[in-house]
Amino acid sequence: MQIAKVIGTVVSTQKNRKFEGAKLMLVQPLNIDDTPRGNALLAVDGVGAGVDEKVLVVLEGRAAGEALGRKGAPVDAAIIGIIDTITID
Amino acid sequence: MQLARVIGDVVMSHKDENLAGIKLLLVQPLTPEREPAGRPLVAVDSVGAGVGEEVFFVRGKEASFPFYPAEPPVDAGIVGIVDRWDLG
Repeated sequence: MQIAKVIGTVVSTQKNRKFEGAKLMLVQPLNIDDTPRGNALLAVDGVGAGVDEKVLVVLEGRAAGEALGRKGAPVDAAIIGIIDTITID
Repeated sequence: MQLARVIGDVVMSHKDENLAGIKLLLVQPLTPEREPAGRPLVAVDSVGAGVGEEVFFVRGKEASFPFYPAEPPVDAGIVGIVDRWDLG
């Protein structure tokens, strides 16, 4: 999984029907020191995350489909949790 | 998924039989600031996207799901046309 920050929301009317009712969020993957890592991507939101929150994102199709709760959904990324704290020893 | 702009189309006469009737488009991935993000790639289209439109596409085997029960051998597919995005 990847730590990321929610940076925006995406609106799409004409889309695959498996996305209907799903929230699409723009997320920026982060390094462990909170600096951006790579390009921002779109993830479906399964947990009610909001802009500016730090989240955990799964980057694999099957898992993302399960997080969305829809079999056969053409997704490859999903937000699976909102991070409270990360502790590094 | 990733944001992208459709920048062209691809026509193939000789191809895998499971690609019959499936539209192939050239897409340029975008950053949220609409700058190019990496190299263009070819993606199948299942939502009626056209050149110049902003879309989002999925990578991996899931790109074939909109064509179920057909299983085209593809690794990228446009699954939505983007109306807009809002940065927080």
